[in-house]
Parts: sequence; structure tokens; C-alpha cells
Amino acid sequence: MKPFISIIKIRFNLMLQYRVAAFAGGVTQFFFGMVMIMVLYGFYNSSSGEIPIDYKVAVTYIWIGQAMLGMLPWNGDREIQDLIRTGNVTYELVRPMNLYNYWFARAFALRTAPTLLKSIPLFIVVLLLPKDYSMELPLNMLSFIGWIVTTFGALLISCTITNIINITTLYSISGDGIQRLLSSIVTLFSGMIVPLPLFPDKLKQILNYLPFSGLVDIPARFFTGEIPFYQLFKYFLFQCIWALIIYILGQWILNRKIKDLIVQGG
Amino acid sequence: MESIRLYFKYVKLSIESQLQYKASFIMMVIGHFLITFIEFLGIWALFQRFGNIQGFTFEEAALFYGIVHIAFAITEGWTRGFDIFPRLVRLGDFDRILLRPRTTVLQILGYDFQIMRIGRLCQGLVVLIWAAIRLNIKWTIGKTLLLFGSIIGGNFLFSGLIVLQATLSFWSVQSLEIVNSFTYGGVQAAQYPISIYKPWFRKILIYIIPLATVNYFPAMSILGKTELYNYPIWLGWISPLVGTMFFLLSLLVWQIGVKHYTSTGS
Repeated sequence: MKPFISIIKIRFNLMLQYRVAAFAGGVTQFFFGMVMIMVLYGFYNSSSGEIPIDYKVAVTYIWIGQAMLGMLPWNGDREIQDLIRTGNVTYELVRPMNLYNYWFARAFALRTAPTLLKSIPLFIVVLLLPKDYSMELPLNMLSFIGWIVTTFGALLISCTITNIINITTLYSISGDGIQRLLSSIVTLFSGMIVPLPLFPDKLKQILNYLPFSGLVDIPARFFTGEIPFYQLFKYFLFQCIWALIIYILGQWILNRKIKDLIVQGG
Repeated sequence: MESIRLYFKYVKLSIESQLQYKASFIMMVIGHFLITFIEFLGIWALFQRFGNIQGFTFEEAALFYGIVHIAFAITEGWTRGFDIFPRLVRLGDFDRILLRPRTTVLQILGYDFQIMRIGRLCQGLVVLIWAAIRLNIKWTIGKTLLLFGSIIGGNFLFSGLIVLQATLSFWSVQSLEIVNSFTYGGVQAAQYPISIYKPWFRKILIYIIPLATVNYFPAMSILGKTELYNYPIWLGWISPLVGTMFFLLSLLVWQIGVKHYTSTGS
């Protein structure tokens, strides 16, 4: 366990260096969030029917999603993918530790450090926006705790999916196609583009059982108080089970692949 | 004239080289098709929930979506060189381009022609055709011309945005992601009829980044909808003009940028 914790620490500190990139990312998230809120505003204004969540809840939900974008598994670990492409991945195999866990530790740092840098300024800005666009803080401390706990659960799912993306690079060298497809599935089915509660009811029931809902939807619904605190255990367990399933799946694929890995010379 | 012949030679070479890896090419096209399709699913979900948006049905919105995405797919295809321009600056490739006795614009446009963007184009086309059939649009010569005008105008407008984005990298390589969000955020915003937005946001889309002018007015004329905000009907016809003007203007800014260029020295 110890080497993995130090890997997380080293990578985390390294990632904190990219402050300008994080700032640019934060501004981008702000723009996208604004466009989405504009669209939602139009929809809410023209509907007379019963909508599962209020406009203000939807806005807060959108901002949580935007702030957490860096934490979503929408890409792989660039450096690992480059190692695979150049063949230098052999050095990784020589290391006296479990390759999967090593990559997992790296993913953990990749998903946390930039997100922290991006999300804190974004939260401050969106809390100060005019009423129609601003994020609302949770009504009580319990919602906040629920959000923190399920965000950690989201992080676990995210790291395991990130590792799946890394591993797919071993199968197809460019890996771009699968990665981009996966990223659009993740952004839509996690609720980042359209809040999951707004999906058609039948589709929603399916999406709720997929691991992607654990990435944005569950934390955002705890934050907004849509899910009461006493259900925290159930939802966190749901996230942990999915993380474990994808973790085992990833380990298994990786170990199988390593056995017959052909490294390109050069 | 010779430059233009040379440009088409560049394009031909670029396409041929991409077609060398047929399997990978087909995968990429399918990938792009699916990615845009998944995004479209989000819009569908919203319409399922809310029924309509300010009097626009899903089919009508699909028409807007189709026009915007066809235009943007063309842009992505032929301005790829400008899209990856910061890389050319960083690697010093731009120095090489400057040394050649041909205009920079044509050389960069010819640098890469991404034929795989045909995936997005097909998806836009499918949506557009579906919408046109469902809406039972009577295609007069005028309406057909409006449609093509809107696509051409949209394409030049997006291309202008990409050129402006590339121009910025003469001053800073870092800030690019921010401008990127203008382009992609613009696509997001323009895929809905702008009358759904708040007045201040609508004005930005009409006057500052004239996305609405190239897309909204022509589409309204095609739909035969009565104007909601008292803009004259002939506005639909100036779409290609506005788009081209914007593009030429951005080329002017580009020329200024080239004068400011100092090599990174690598």
C-alpha cells in the first residue's frame, strides 16, 4: 500500500503545477455551463407540465457537473498511452509492483489534483452569479456530507474506468476512437449534459443502474437534497460495488493481455 | 490561381494518406457518427421531458441541429490545420511554412484535411432529412437556396472562429482552450432556435458572434414560421454574406498576427 500512496502524493504535487491550464479549463467549464443553463431556462419557461426537479435544482446540478468534469473518466492517462505507443511500456512491466494498482494510483492523482484547482474558483464564481444562473448551497450540513462521501465514490468509479481506457490502448495502438466514444457516453449518461432526473422515465430507470450515474448524478442529487441523507449508505454501496466490478474486470483484462504482449522494438 | 491548384493537391494527398489505413478510417467515421448521435440523444431526452421549447417541436429543433452540424462538420474537415496550429508553432513547423513562397493560409489549410469528419456530416444529414420529412417541408427553389446558403454561411462563420482561435496562439499558446469554448459553445448554443434564450444572450448571438444570423433566420424562413421578435424576413438571405464577411475579417486579423510572429526557436 505504501508505494501506491507515495505515487499518489508525487503525481498529485506534479499535477498542481499546471495552474494556467487549470484556469483555462475552469473558464471553459464556465462557458459550457452557461450555455446549458440558457437552454434549460428556455425549456423550463415553456413547459407547463410536472417536471421532476425544479429549475434552481437543475442549475445547481449543472454546475456540480461542470466543476467535476476533470474528475470524469473522459480520457486516459496521456503518459501511459504514450508509453504503450512507443513500446516503453516494458519498463512498467519490470517494476516490482502490480501494474494495475500502479496505474490506478496515477489515475487517482490525475483525477483529483486538476479538479481541485479548477472546481474551487468555479464554485466561488457560480455562487456569486445573478439569481437565475447561480448555484445554491445545500440546505443543511447532512446534504453536504452526503455529497462529499458520494464524490469519493465517484472518484473510485472514475479511476477504474480511466484504467480501462489505458488498457484499451494496449489493444488498439491509437485508441482514440474508443476513447472518444467512451467519453461521449460518460458525459451523457453520467448526467453532465442533461441532468439524469430529466431523462424519460423508462430510460432513467436503466441509466440509474449503470455505473455512469455514480459519477455525477448521485453526488449532485445529494448536494441538492434530492436524495435524503439516510439513503447515503445504499448509494455509496452502489458506487463501491460498481467500482469493484470494473476494478476486477480491468485487472483481469490487463493480466490476460500482459501474458501475450508483443512489444514493438525500436 | 496556382496556389489554389497546389492547395487541392495538398488536399488530395492528405485524403489519400488517411485512406491508407482503411480499417482505422472506417472506425473513425463510425466513431464520429456515434459520438454526435449520443449528443443528439441528450436533446431528444429534453424534448421528451418538456414537450416543446417556446413553441418549437423536436422536429423543428432537429432542423436547426442538422444545419449547424453539417456546417460545423465541413469546418472541422477543411480547417483542421488551423485547429492544430498551436502545435505547428510549438514545433517550429510554422517557420518552414513561412519560408515557402506561397500564402500561409492555403498552406495551413492544406496541412490536414480531415475526411473522417464525414461521420458528423452524415449524422447531421440524417437528422436534417428526418426532420424535413417529418415536417413535410415543401422544397421550393427559394427554400433549397436558403438551406445551402445557411450551411455555407455557417461553415464560413465557424471557420472564421477557428482562424481567430489559431491567431491567438501568436501571442499565447496557453489561452487556447478558452477560445475553443467559444467555438464549441457556439455550436452548442446554435443547435437550438435562439428565440429560446434570454434577450442579452440572443443579442450576443446575433450581433457579436453572428451565429444566429447564419442559422436561425434562414431556418425560420424554411419553416415558414412567423417572426417572433420582429426581425425582417430578408435577413435569412444574407447568411452566406455574413459568414463570408466574418471569415474574411478573421483572415485580416490573421495577417496582423503573422506580422507579430516570433519563432519559439525550437
